[in-house]
Amino acid sequence: MMAAVIFVISVAALMQFFVSYCRSLIAASARRALSVDVQDVIGTRSASGEDFARVMQFLHLCPDRREDRNGVKAIGAYFRLLGAVGTTMGRLIPSLRAWTESERSQCAYFAAVALDRRIAHNRDMFAEQMSG
Amino acid sequence: MVGPFGYTIWLLGALLEATVVVCSLFRGPLRRYFTLNLYMAMSVLVNAGRYIIFTRHGLMSSEYIYFYYYSDAILTICLYFALMGLYAIVFEELGVTMRLRVFMMLLLIGTTLFSFSVVHQSESRMLTHYIVEISQNLYFVGLVLTYVLWAALLKLRESRVRVIQIVLSLGMYFSINAASYALRNAYPNLRFVWAYLPLAAGVFLPIAWIYAFMKFDDEARLAPARLAAVPR
Repeated sequence: MMAAVIFVISVAALMQFFVSYCRSLIAASARRALSVDVQDVIGTRSASGEDFARVMQFLHLCPDRREDRNGVKAIGAYFRLLGAVGTTMGRLIPSLRAWTESERSQCAYFAAVALDRRIAHNRDMFAEQMSG
Repeated sequence: MVGPFGYTIWLLGALLEATVVVCSLFRGPLRRYFTLNLYMAMSVLVNAGRYIIFTRHGLMSSEYIYFYYYSDAILTICLYFALMGLYAIVFEELGVTMRLRVFMMLLLIGTTLFSFSVVHQSESRMLTHYIVEISQNLYFVGLVLTYVLWAALLKLRESRVRVIQIVLSLGMYFSINAASYALRNAYPNLRFVWAYLPLAAGVFLPIAWIYAFMKFDDEARLAPARLAAVPR
């Protein structure tokens, strides 16, 4: 009985810590404005949840940077979790559905910022090689 | 048996723990986050000790099992010190650090005495059932303390990204371990689930701390209102 209670509380706390951790990753990139190149890729200045898969495809095409590899994976897991919560519980609670949509668009923005950083990093590498 | 995948994760975890200390040394926050680095350094030493005993006596030997659980208890105590260090950083401006240290030491002593009394009463079965319960209790108390710290961070509107990410990753680590020990206690047959969860958590925690140390400096900040799961 005690183990079951601890298990349930631990899983609930894990979910809350995970959501907050992902939000802290997203918040750290939210202040950064997107470059014109990435705005062209996603079509607008902001990103919506629908853009996430497309941005991730572009992200996988770019040689990755070790620094943001884990952050991108964590946000990918968070995006899938939000999708599952939105489609299951969102039908019963409309405000939850709106919240998951807003979170999913922030995930897409995080991915767009990561894409922006990768493009800039690759340009720098290319310029370095050309000058060398 | 954990298998080649488990051993790879084990080695990866130990390497990442060593990397945390090295990153902390080069990026400067070694002194400020001394207790966190102490835990990671202890963890590397414990992993080396486990490997030596594992190669000499084997995974299922009583020597290895005793060493594993006792070293795990010592590491959990080191993690309490790490948590105490985080409390000191968060509350340093309020001047209540000493009171918090005394409170946490009393809590640690209380948990240890409680665990000792349980072990003392059931010495013969210690490794079969009670040691799992003790680890479960230690991790759960750690989880509660981390949750209280997280609530304090939100209340105090703490905005330092590095502190926030370290606390949240520590909370996830405690949650995963408490849940896996509870699962092990309730369902010993679900080994394929609970055997891998602490390994995964052992890899996640150093990665999250390396990220926090390397990506952000101590003054990097974010808006605290963005962190609460429910918008304020």
